[in-house]
Amino acid sequence: MPIDGLSENLTMPASCPPRAQRRTTMVVGPSFLRTAGAVAAKDLRVELRSREVVYTMTFFAAVIVVVFSFAFVKDQKALIEAVPGVAWAAVVFAGTIGLGRAFDREREGDTMRALLLSPAPRLAVFAGKTVAITALVIAVEAVVLPLCLLFFNVDLGAAVLHLALILALGALGFSVVGTVFAAMLLRVRSRDVLLPVVLYPILVPMIMAGTKATGALLAGATGDAWFWTQFLAAYDAVFVIVSLWTFEALVIE
Amino acid sequence: MKRFLVPLFALATAAGLAGTLYMIFYVTPLEKTLFFNQKIFYWHVPNWFVLFTTVFVCGVASAGYLKNRNPKWDDVARAAGELAVLFGAIGLVTGSIWGKAAWGHWWKWELRLTTSLILWLTMVGYVLVRRFGGAGSERLAAGLAVFGVVNVPLVYFAVKLADALQQESAHPKAQVVSALTSSMKTTFQLSILTFFAFYALLMLVRTSAIRDERRLRDLRERGLDAGILEP
Repeated sequence: MPIDGLSENLTMPASCPPRAQRRTTMVVGPSFLRTAGAVAAKDLRVELRSREVVYTMTFFAAVIVVVFSFAFVKDQKALIEAVPGVAWAAVVFAGTIGLGRAFDREREGDTMRALLLSPAPRLAVFAGKTVAITALVIAVEAVVLPLCLLFFNVDLGAAVLHLALILALGALGFSVVGTVFAAMLLRVRSRDVLLPVVLYPILVPMIMAGTKATGALLAGATGDAWFWTQFLAAYDAVFVIVSLWTFEALVIE
Repeated sequence: MKRFLVPLFALATAAGLAGTLYMIFYVTPLEKTLFFNQKIFYWHVPNWFVLFTTVFVCGVASAGYLKNRNPKWDDVARAAGELAVLFGAIGLVTGSIWGKAAWGHWWKWELRLTTSLILWLTMVGYVLVRRFGGAGSERLAAGLAVFGVVNVPLVYFAVKLADALQQESAHPKAQVVSALTSSMKTTFQLSILTFFAFYALLMLVRTSAIRDERRLRDLRERGLDAGILEP
């Protein structure tokens, strides 16, 4: 089969550099942390100057909470059973918008390429981006949580701190997985539709554990809530490891 | 090699499907509690074995592709991902039919159903990325496959632990298989072999089609670069 031989010669991987040329810095040292911190600080500073993402995300999340809370009204009161689902849906939807926008900004200025070409280790770029996005999601949660408590007439007392921890773990898990996929989708056509398509199935265990923990907390079952908090932490740990392991191979530039 | 394997698997599949159909309806006895409804088990369960195999193949091939960038790995992963969507759809439909007959509901938020549905959704996402992602989507899809495979045990345990607080798994227990009569067992085993032959057949054909497609695309690009072909 002459075609076989021909195409075998022709399909030399022209676009992929040899393994040895790619940076494979896995060392988490002071310089790694400094670079990650610089990337995160840069992202947050850009955001603080325009406040574009954080305002739109927060407003969108608030609208979701309002829409859902009057979808679950009974006897002029919103059903408290709906709180976990509403809160987590609002956070995840708003987070997806913020994620897409945060990376669009890099694409418009073509600055992602500059970041990846710079001598900074790619994993530090990943870590910095994740930290910045986590901060944005936590900002959204800081609005969603009081809104939910207000509209659904929930009085949590001191358990609010536990709920904050649960939401923070959720924000971290969302940002880790989301950053990997958003960074990968940077150069892909129709990335806006594809981001939720690829992201949500992977987020399912996190959303499940988050809603269970929130629900248990609202029902006063602190033991169950701690159990699901630990599950969330385990989810975060698993995907931090998988992301660190695959990020360098995945980012297209 | 392929010239012999494709007809071989095709014959085995055709004979196996006809044979198991005959055995299911004429040889195996009626089951004591579910009666006729139990007969879907002979195709439903082997189908899920194939589904989990193909998802695993997709994940391993994707990891291989990310590691050494050989497009041959990617061809295998893509074929396996597409077949996962196909077999997942078959499994969900046959499972719903079983569920309606055995439990009285088309769907239950039960451990295996939920896990399978999430897994299937991940694989649909995989195929959507391959189809609409455009250039460079191979790596994204490979990443998604790796994440999806890692996600399976997490989904499984999340549902299992959430369910543990409420109810038992509605699926028949594993001991069911050892309680089968010998003709049931033979039919079940034959059906497993048939489904894996079917899977092997589809994998071979689809992988080679994807490989040819890729080679053709590469050749055309080379031709365009060299100015031999008109755009």
